[in-house]
Amino acid sequence: MTETKLMKGNEALAEAAILAGCDAYFGYPITPQSEVLEYLAREMPVRGGVVLQAESEVASINMVYGAAGAGFRAMTSSSSPGISLMQECISYMAGAELPCLVVNVNRAGPGLGTIQPGQGDYFQSVKGGGHGDYKLIVLAPSSVQEMADHVFLGFDLADKYRNPVLLLSDGAIGQMMEKVQFHAYQPPRVDKSSWATIGKPKTRSRNYITSLFIQPEQMEQHNQKLEAKFRLMRENEVRFEEMNTTDAEYLFVAYGLSARICQKAMDISRAKGIKVGLLRPITLFPYPSKRLAELAPQLKLVLSVELNSGQMVEDVRLAVNGKVPVEFYGRMGGMMPTPESIAEHLETLIKYHHDN
Amino acid sequence: MTIEERSNIDIIQEKDNNIIGEPYETVYQKPGTLIDVDMHYCPGCYHSLVHKLLMEIIEEMDIQEQTIGVAPVGCSVFAYDYMDIDMQQAAHGRAAAVATGIKRLLPDKYVFTYQGDGDLAAIGIAETIHAINRGENILIVFINNAVYGMTSGQMAPTTLTGMQTTTSPAGRDTNIHGHPIKISELVAPLPGAFYVTRQAVNNANGVRRTKKALQNAFNYQRLKKGTCLVEIVGNCPSNWKMTPIECTGFVEEQMMKTFPVGDIKLPKAEDLKNLKEA
Ligand SMILES: Cc1ncc(C[n+]2csc(CCOP(=O)(O)OP(=O)(O)O)c2C)c(N)n1
Ligand code: SF4
Ligand SMILES: [Mg+2]
Repeated sequence: MTETKLMKGNEALAEAAILAGCDAYFGYPITPQSEVLEYLAREMPVRGGVVLQAESEVASINMVYGAAGAGFRAMTSSSSPGISLMQECISYMAGAELPCLVVNVNRAGPGLGTIQPGQGDYFQSVKGGGHGDYKLIVLAPSSVQEMADHVFLGFDLADKYRNPVLLLSDGAIGQMMEKVQFHAYQPPRVDKSSWATIGKPKTRSRNYITSLFIQPEQMEQHNQKLEAKFRLMRENEVRFEEMNTTDAEYLFVAYGLSARICQKAMDISRAKGIKVGLLRPITLFPYPSKRLAELAPQLKLVLSVELNSGQMVEDVRLAVNGKVPVEFYGRMGGMMPTPESIAEHLETLIKYHHDN
Repeated sequence: MTIEERSNIDIIQEKDNNIIGEPYETVYQKPGTLIDVDMHYCPGCYHSLVHKLLMEIIEEMDIQEQTIGVAPVGCSVFAYDYMDIDMQQAAHGRAAAVATGIKRLLPDKYVFTYQGDGDLAAIGIAETIHAINRGENILIVFINNAVYGMTSGQMAPTTLTGMQTTTSPAGRDTNIHGHPIKISELVAPLPGAFYVTRQAVNNANGVRRTKKALQNAFNYQRLKKGTCLVEIVGNCPSNWKMTPIECTGFVEEQMMKTFPVGDIKLPKAEDLKNLKEA
């Protein structure tokens, strides 16, 4: 059964959480994502599930830790400053191998910044954020539909790898209204009995959740176990979307909202005969580096377009490893580049690289 | 060791072996819920004693299968190595939030936290107060030893006035560091607090009373009427730089001046009416 609705991104995400069998949501208000908490505070008590407004984002994510440690599907959502507060516990969850879904509706910063959309949390999301060696699977929706779809996917991946999954959206996608469809979904059966703390029967040894390995040998072993898991993610979970790459000589790389703007910019440039394509990473970790490397030989120039001062561009450069020049274009602070300005920038760069 | 010495030991052991056959009555043993391994706690530290009390209660109430513990960072972060129950290790200060997450999903289980004073009264005071204010149906076991034990003896929010620590080498100066914070008195007025008591384990009577308080708290949890907080005046022979015997005196003469033992908030009689059925 498929239903089509007109919804705000944040609300689509909240509805998806209920349909995905989220057992518990813990959150704290912050613009531009408070609709998630509001929606769930209204719906979850009626439709089943625990919803609780915590005293802070620190408390929210630690409540998620407790619920996830007891084997339940748990999630929280926030926006940039709140996500910063959660980093310690996210690191603990990765260390203790607890699945959960964390949603960041990115606003522009640093500091209190603005409530306008931004992509300044790219580094925080994919390069660690918290302390220690760990990775999160990072999903980057670029439409209201994906705000919903990535919730189902996110929970499933979290369970599959026993690792937190981060859904990295932004203020525009969280706030915009679009059509969205919800498909029938059955959460996969996951046996958590070997580790979830639900009370120890006489028939098994105790389960305990910990990220503490005080002996260096054991700590390294645990790190290696986690690394093996992150390797598996790199092998199996890369997701991206490609447009007009078959004949492309130039390539936009952009995720989320920037990718939508780039799509328009691509149309403008193509109309002028410039053969530009678009690669939109859907997972920011693992990153579609392999695909970028494959495309590199046919390209004359890659342009990473972001709503920040140039963060993902570093991963694009790593991926193509010097085979093709990589440039950056972006706006900050909640300012949006127009498709025209991106197309124009591409033309300027083409000319510059041709002349030099 | 010379061969001669070794053979002497053999002889002694042989003698001991002969004795084992004689009929002795077991008058005391560790509870089965306390895992039989060497503890990392310093000799004379009350952490091990309180662990034993908790595990005795869980065995006596036969609630091993229904109990989940939370141990945040502090000397007792390794509690799961000793307590034979399902447990979660939590980040420093966040035990009450983690316990909230567990209890909200498993409302019919017994959930307790086991926290030090640095953990509960400094970095985790927000989580503590809000969990109690929501009346989370959990037990908070609060080990107040007036010092940061695990990190080697820095000043805690509970450090006594004038008490020397590595970060208050001239003694706690209330003008600079503020006064020792009395958590039990602070949280007792909250409507969400159901039972708040302060006990000590520095003598046999105190141990008995502490065990009774913990038993009460476990029983009250079935009523789902709010948070129970059992504060236990702890010690820290290593960082107080006292022998365990000296510690018992210090608890009696100094700690109890600032942290007097006794019940601070008792459940109303009408609230306890249903305790048997619950
Ligand atoms: C975020 C964070 N800050 C600081 C520490 C270091 N730390 C570990 S235990 C501790 C204090 C423990 O004192 P207390 O809670 O009183 O427990 P005790 O060891 O005295 O039983 C501190 C500050 C930490 N682990 N995490
Ligand atoms: S440092 Fe203090 S609190 Fe920690 S185990 Fe030793 S005596 Fe106990
Ligand atoms: Mg202490």
